[in-house]
Amino acid sequence: MRRLILACAALALLVSACKEQTAAPDAVGTKRLVVGFSQIGAESAWRTAETESIRSEAAARGVDLKFSDAQQKQENQIRALRTFISQKVDAIILAPVVETGWEPVLREAKRASIPVVLVDRGVDVEDDSLYTTLIASDFVEEGRMAGRWLAERLGGAGRIVELQGTPGSAPAIDRKRGFEEAIAEFPGMTIVRSQSGDFTRAKGKEVMEAFLKAERQKIDAVYAHNDDMALGAIQAIEEAGLKPGTDVILVSIDGVRAAFEAMVEGKLNCTVECNPLLGPAAFDAVMRALAGETLPKWIKVEDRVFDQSVAAEVIGTRQY
Amino acid sequence: MRDSARAAVRAIGRAAPAAAAVGLLLAFNAAFTPGFFDLAVADGRLAGSLVDVVNRGAVVALLALGMALVIATGGVDLSVGAVMAIAGATAATLVAQHGASPWAAIAGALAVGAAAGAFNGALVAGAGVQPIVATLVLMVAGRGAAQLLTGGQIVTFNDPVLNFIDGGFVAGVPMPVLIAAGALALGLALTRGTALGLFVEATGDNERAARLAGVRVRAVKAAAYVLCGVAASVAGLLAASDIRAADANNAGLYLELDAILAAVLGGTALRGGRFSLVGAVLGALFIQGLTTTLYLHDVSPNATLAVKAGAVLAVCLAVSERVRAWVGRK
Repeated sequence: MRRLILACAALALLVSACKEQTAAPDAVGTKRLVVGFSQIGAESAWRTAETESIRSEAAARGVDLKFSDAQQKQENQIRALRTFISQKVDAIILAPVVETGWEPVLREAKRASIPVVLVDRGVDVEDDSLYTTLIASDFVEEGRMAGRWLAERLGGAGRIVELQGTPGSAPAIDRKRGFEEAIAEFPGMTIVRSQSGDFTRAKGKEVMEAFLKAERQKIDAVYAHNDDMALGAIQAIEEAGLKPGTDVILVSIDGVRAAFEAMVEGKLNCTVECNPLLGPAAFDAVMRALAGETLPKWIKVEDRVFDQSVAAEVIGTRQY
Repeated sequence: MRDSARAAVRAIGRAAPAAAAVGLLLAFNAAFTPGFFDLAVADGRLAGSLVDVVNRGAVVALLALGMALVIATGGVDLSVGAVMAIAGATAATLVAQHGASPWAAIAGALAVGAAAGAFNGALVAGAGVQPIVATLVLMVAGRGAAQLLTGGQIVTFNDPVLNFIDGGFVAGVPMPVLIAAGALALGLALTRGTALGLFVEATGDNERAARLAGVRVRAVKAAAYVLCGVAASVAGLLAASDIRAADANNAGLYLELDAILAAVLGGTALRGGRFSLVGAVLGALFIQGLTTTLYLHDVSPNATLAVKAGAVLAVCLAVSERVRAWVGRK
């Protein structure tokens, strides 16, 4: 019995000694990087995918990630940033909920020499040295891609109705502008009606219902600023006795899973991806900033166009 | 009997401004919106812009019916939008994730609505919390609860029974119209066919006097909140059935304000003491009619809210007794 205890103790010592040996160089040599990430919340599948991307990238690079969920409130984000600063993190990743009101806390971060990388939305500050870079999609380009795809599909002529996002929001303004730019080259392409569907399915359906009545069903295509509104419009088109995807062509933006499912069913024709998987780009930016490099103020995320022809093969690989 | 007849006449009188507003809106559309009154029967179903207005207006009409009762007791229920979200989330998750029967899902949603109403009623009538504060609790927490149920995602379902609630037709008439009409008939029977309406008005008018006269004011208040919660859960079922999904983030968002507006436009006094269920439904139809009219005329989304505000202000001024007296004097 005694021997057994001794043996166990010896084994334990040995193991702990080995452990120390392997741990030692890491602790002395390269210190584990600490990065604070202030996320807006988890209000959509898109945002959940973004959070997951940043988390998994941090784990893959062995970065110690301090995560804070602001539940849609700026004051929570500002508090989180102050906590990160007092904890002396190496860098901060911020997905700002609104554009304004960031100057004081960003100044504090700058004074503490902590680089701040913004993801998916910008901030409105006088002095753009307050943040390192913004990693985000180009909403105008997304609108252009949707416009170009639709022009090709319709052969350069058609009566289009537009379902806008929430009035005044950046994606709604930019996606509208980009689309208009793209179809301006085709005089036959006209937007006959354009209303806000507030980025929701219910409103998208309600507005589409009214459009179908007002245009007496003579609508060739729908351009929706996000997938959810297009999914609502699909139901309105079906209930009006038309076939979505055939009688009425639909193109939307975001590339969420439900949109791919609708494309596989042949009801949605095309979605322009708005990529939420910003983790790799965000940590690349953090590393470059810590190495003392100067980064461009806006690193654009590459977005891609997916239509029905590829929907079935890529749906399995979609992460959000 | 003569008293109840007189009460009925008074109730109709309260709804008059809302009826006039709806009439004006219809007149505007008759003049400027081609095809607004076109009614077609396709596949044995009524279709047309007018049908859309009534169909889409059903959700706010249901909320406004419950809201009118609560407001008449001297309270207000800010949680109806959140209760819609919880009811929709409950039904959708029961069917889509737990494989429950649609009838169980409907029962579950209604039970959740009744429970939410009972919670509000207990806070207001039992604990004596101010109605705005008491129902604010559920307005904020309720949406959070709905988001927890759905995990923050849009939960879709495809169930013939649930789809029928909003998408079905009986004798060519859309289900939402029938449900709202049924709720109105039930409400009228409850409040004007029995003494409940009188008790509600007495409670809202002068709670102390009502209590001294033998009205069980706490029970009356609690009943009003429970009815309001149930009405909100039916509205939530309609909203979820409409898009065949529960969208906890957006379902019923800000609709409590539309419901209050509809009730007040319909002649229900915010200080309590008088209400009109017919007026509440007319108020809801006015709001939806305005929205649909703006869609049909393709008013820029940036201007929509301003146009709506102007129209609502005009109706409110028309309802105001002081303004009417002032105009009458000239």
